[in-house]
Amino acid sequence: MLTPTKGPRLGGGPAHERLMLANLATALFEHGRITTTEAKAKRLRPLAERLITFAKRGDLHARRRAMTVVRDKSVIHTLFTEIGPRFENRQGGYTRITKIGPRKGDNAPMAVIELCEPLAEQTVAEATAATKRAAKEKSAPAVVEQSVALEQAVDESVVDELVVAETDGGEVESSAVEESATDETNEKS
Amino acid sequence: MPVPKRKMSRSNTRSRRAQWKTTVPNLVTCATCREKRLSHTACPTCGTYAKRRVLDV
Repeated sequence: MLTPTKGPRLGGGPAHERLMLANLATALFEHGRITTTEAKAKRLRPLAERLITFAKRGDLHARRRAMTVVRDKSVIHTLFTEIGPRFENRQGGYTRITKIGPRKGDNAPMAVIELCEPLAEQTVAEATAATKRAAKEKSAPAVVEQSVALEQAVDESVVDELVVAETDGGEVESSAVEESATDETNEKS
Repeated sequence: MPVPKRKMSRSNTRSRRAQWKTTVPNLVTCATCREKRLSHTACPTCGTYAKRRVLDV
């Protein structure tokens, strides 16, 4: 099924829209950051990120496909030699859109769209570790649920014991009960 | 060409215009310069968004 493009249509026709988006992409790769309307920035983002993915692939076929959008050879050169390698360790999300409020004159909401900085290596390591952890937790969800149920049961019993201890009197006793209870939870979980 | 048959009364005109209302802009205090700014928007006075410089002021 033919699905319409996400976001608003631009310009007077398909050709006009293609031209505007191509010009915006060219300007973005040339200058690194451009100020435009929010609607255009939102339409530009997927196109620009696809072009950067081509740049990361870096072969002749990718270069020719990028050339069908960005016609300027010098801009294509900077895209493939500087911008592509810069995002080597980033998996998408190469651009950032920041709203800067309405424009004087026609009150159009404006935005700055810019290429992100390359990721620091430490954050990359953290992210990969996090994804690994998430995968592990997904692989054993049943075990986690069981342990949670156990903990809940234990908590209730602990509360009951505490109440009894307090009525009998003495903080020492209650603290002792707490300790034993925590030991229990540790063993069970 | 179709044209209005009757003059519109002052009452009707004013009732229509009574519905023209302004909306309050959603302002928040900028964390860096303590000025009021639109929420989810770069601050126009200090040019930052989320402590990151966005605009040249």
